[in-house]
Formats: sequence, structure tokens, C-alpha cells
Amino acid sequence: MKVSRFFQSLVVVFLLGIARLSFAGDTAHVKDFNVGETIMHHIGDSHEWHFATVGQTHVTIPLPVIVYNPEKGLDMFMASNFKDATGHMNLMDAQYGDYVIHHDKIHHKNEAIHVMDFSITKNVVSLMISAALLLYIFFTIAKRYKKNALSAPSGMQSFFEPIINYLIEEVAKPAIGDKYKKYLPYLLTVFFFIWFNNLLGLVPGGANLTGNIAVTLCLAVLTFLITNLSGNGYYWKHILWTPGVPLPLRVIILPIEVVGVFTKPLSLMIRLFANITAGHIIILSFIGLIFIFKSVLMAPVSIGFGLFMSFMELFVAIMQAYIFTLLSAMYIGSAVEVHDHADHDHGH
Amino acid sequence: MNLVTPEFGLLFWQILIFGIVLFLLSKFAWKPIVTALEERENTIADALGAAEKAKEEMKNLQASNEKLLQEARLERDKILKEAQVTASGLISEAKDKASAEANRLVDNARVAIQSEKAAALAEVKNTAASLALEIAEKVIRKNLSSDGAQKTLVDEFIKESKLN
Repeated sequence: MKVSRFFQSLVVVFLLGIARLSFAGDTAHVKDFNVGETIMHHIGDSHEWHFATVGQTHVTIPLPVIVYNPEKGLDMFMASNFKDATGHMNLMDAQYGDYVIHHDKIHHKNEAIHVMDFSITKNVVSLMISAALLLYIFFTIAKRYKKNALSAPSGMQSFFEPIINYLIEEVAKPAIGDKYKKYLPYLLTVFFFIWFNNLLGLVPGGANLTGNIAVTLCLAVLTFLITNLSGNGYYWKHILWTPGVPLPLRVIILPIEVVGVFTKPLSLMIRLFANITAGHIIILSFIGLIFIFKSVLMAPVSIGFGLFMSFMELFVAIMQAYIFTLLSAMYIGSAVEVHDHADHDHGH
Repeated sequence: MNLVTPEFGLLFWQILIFGIVLFLLSKFAWKPIVTALEERENTIADALGAAEKAKEEMKNLQASNEKLLQEARLERDKILKEAQVTASGLISEAKDKASAEANRLVDNARVAIQSEKAAALAEVKNTAASLALEIAEKVIRKNLSSDGAQKTLVDEFIKESKLN
């Protein structure tokens, strides 16, 4: 028993040794592998959808570029038109027509002209995929409800119904109160949008959409608009003339309250962006350890921690969607609620 | 820092696509789903309420059944008692009647016996009278002869009458 285990470990060590040797041979010509740059590239947006690099060949899908040029109007072409001297697609430093691309950013060759990039980037494609997924799943479910509202849920319906029910009963109703119905569509959409995109981001090769500040900015601005456009007299009175505050203190309270209106959505934006991006960076860093140590012996450690983080991220994916939805509901709730107790505790 | 600067293009697509998704889902998915969930919730609540009510009614019904049974039992006992009273009344009445009838019959018989007796006595008296008359007639006829003869005759007749 003991002896066989000893031999097993010997074999493992031997195999690892071989792997290390062969790997070392490979690393010889990938000398300046920059882990930080690779990670930033992975979590950032791109004009191509890069899946893998096998040897010197990149497995990648070039994406369409749409540029608004103040001189010519809209310009459309494929990103694969950016080629280097060897004729390969190069998004780091290349030129095509009037445009140059530098570190995946498109500029006009005349630096005085500023172009606007409306390209269907990796994130936009991912956004479209998630939109299609959302529409497909919830239209399918809605069809079943329309057919027979009273039948027991089945299939996808039975998976999503408790979640929808939870969001209605435990998030929207307690946070908003009587008027919750009006805000349900936004809350449900935002929850499933964030959750789906968080999960899609965890798929190897997936885009880091919810870890992109433009996306979280858009969602936070929507919550900000809904909150403040539906704010009632009480809400504005609370901000501009907080009840029960002595006059000298108002000088301090008023700016704090006004700033609070903006910090709430700002915190929403940064929380989602930072959490998802950080998760991606951590997983990629664990994998990057293999390349930093230049040893395949690091692989089990990286895989172990990476696996652990991936499971963690599965939880974070729904957690962040839930937090964003809950806080949005609470902000909206504070804007629409009608009450009369003076020391109302603000959300944060 | 590229990471924290929102890209205008992505922002544009995000607003456009999220807006479309929000609109379509609100109109064609969330509305029917939320309505259906509400409807189901109401139906379940109603069904539970109805079941509770039925249970309550059942209980009431059982209680009233019990009451009816109790009443029926009492009624039965009452009827039985009454019947017993009636029956015993009838029996005693019949007894009285029978004894009265018997007494009457006995009285009648006694009366009849008395009248029969009287009739018989009357007949005896009549017979005795006619016998006496006959004797007297014979005596008177024989009176023409001697006293002694008369006396024997009378004796003879008395003897005869005794035999009769």
C-alpha cells in the first residue's frame, strides 16, 4: 500500500520533470512575455475576438470597425485590414486608409482630426449575444405563462420563477413599497442583464462586459435618472431642506445631500466595474503565475487557485447583480416613499 | 488609464441595445410573467381560503348533525315512554272492562237464577194450590161418606202429594 503510493508520487514527479523540460524549451523564444499587459488586454475591449494563440498563429475573429470621421462621415471596414509588414493582422501598430491603429485604438492619421469609434468591438458582440440570450430565454418563459398562468412551472420556467419571485417579493416590494410594480421591468432586466453578462464573462474567451466602465456607467445613469425623475416632493425636500436640522448645520448638510444624489449611482457604477474586473484580474494573475515562474510545476497551484476563484466568481456574478438591483430598488424606494418619521436612514 | 475611461462607442451600443432589451422584455416578457405570477398567487390564496371555509362548514355541519341525532334520541325515548304509558293504560282499562263485564254477567245470572227460582216456587205454589184444590174437591166428594173414610183419604192424598 505504502510502497505503491510512493511509486505513484515518483511517477508524478518524473512526468512533471519531463513536462518542465519541454516547456522550458518552448519558453526560450517567448522571452519577454508581459503578464500585466496580457491581463489588461484580456479585460479590455478589442477590435478582434481573440481566442487563443497556437505557436505563432492567432485564433481570432476580426470584428467590423465603424468610425465616424468628421471629414467623410461614417467609415466601415473589417479590423483585419490593419496589417503589419508581414501581412498579418496587427492591432498594435498598423495603418489602413486614413486610419492608424495603436494599441487597439483607432486614430486619424492626421492627429488634428478626432474620429469617433462606433466599432462592433468584442464587448459589443458580447452585449448582442447576451441581449439575444435574454430575449430568447424570457420570451420562451413568457410564452408558457401566457398559455396557462396556473400550470406548475416546468423547464427553464421553474429555474427562473423563484428568482423572479424573489426579486419581486424580497427586493422590489420591501425596498420600494406600494409603487413597486412600475419599476419591476427595470429591476428585473438590470438583474438578469448583469448576471448573464457576468457569467458570459467567466466563459473562457468571453468578454469582460460588466467589468467595463462604459457599461456600468450606462446602468448607473439609468438608475440615477429613474430615481430622480420619480422623486416626489418629500424626496426633494429631504435633500434641499432636510427636516429637523438647525439652520447653521444646513450649510453643511445641503452640499452633503446634493453630493449624495450623485455618489449613489457613482458607487453603483464603480462597485460593479471593480468587482468584476478584479475577479478577472485575479483569475488571470493565477494563470499568469505559471509564466512568471516559467515552470509547469506552478500549474497545479494556479489551477487550484484559479478553480477556486472561478467558483467564487460564479457566486460574485449573481451577488453583484443582486446588489446592483437591491441598491437601485432602495434608491428608487427612497425617492418615491411617502412617510413621516423624521430621522430616515439613507442608503449608502 | 484606458480601463477607467468609458469608451464612447461602447457606451452608445450599450444604451441602444440595453434600451431595446429593456423595452422588449418589459412589454413582452415581464408583463405577462408578473401578471401570471400574481394571478397564480391569488388563485392559490383563494383556493386555500375556500378549503378553510369548507372545513369550517364541515365542522358546523357535523355539530348540527350531532345535535339532530341527540334530539332524535330524546324524541325516541319520549315516544317510547308515552307508548308504555298508553299501553299500560289500555291494559288496565281492558282489565277493568273485563272485570266489569264479568260482574255484570254474574249479576245477570244471579237475577236470572232468582227469577227462575221465583218462577219455580210460584209453580210449586200453584201446583200445591191446585193439588190442594183437587184434594179439597176429592175430600168434599168423600165427605159424603164417613169421617174415618175422609181421614184416610186425606192421609192418602198427603202421602200421594209427598211422593210427588
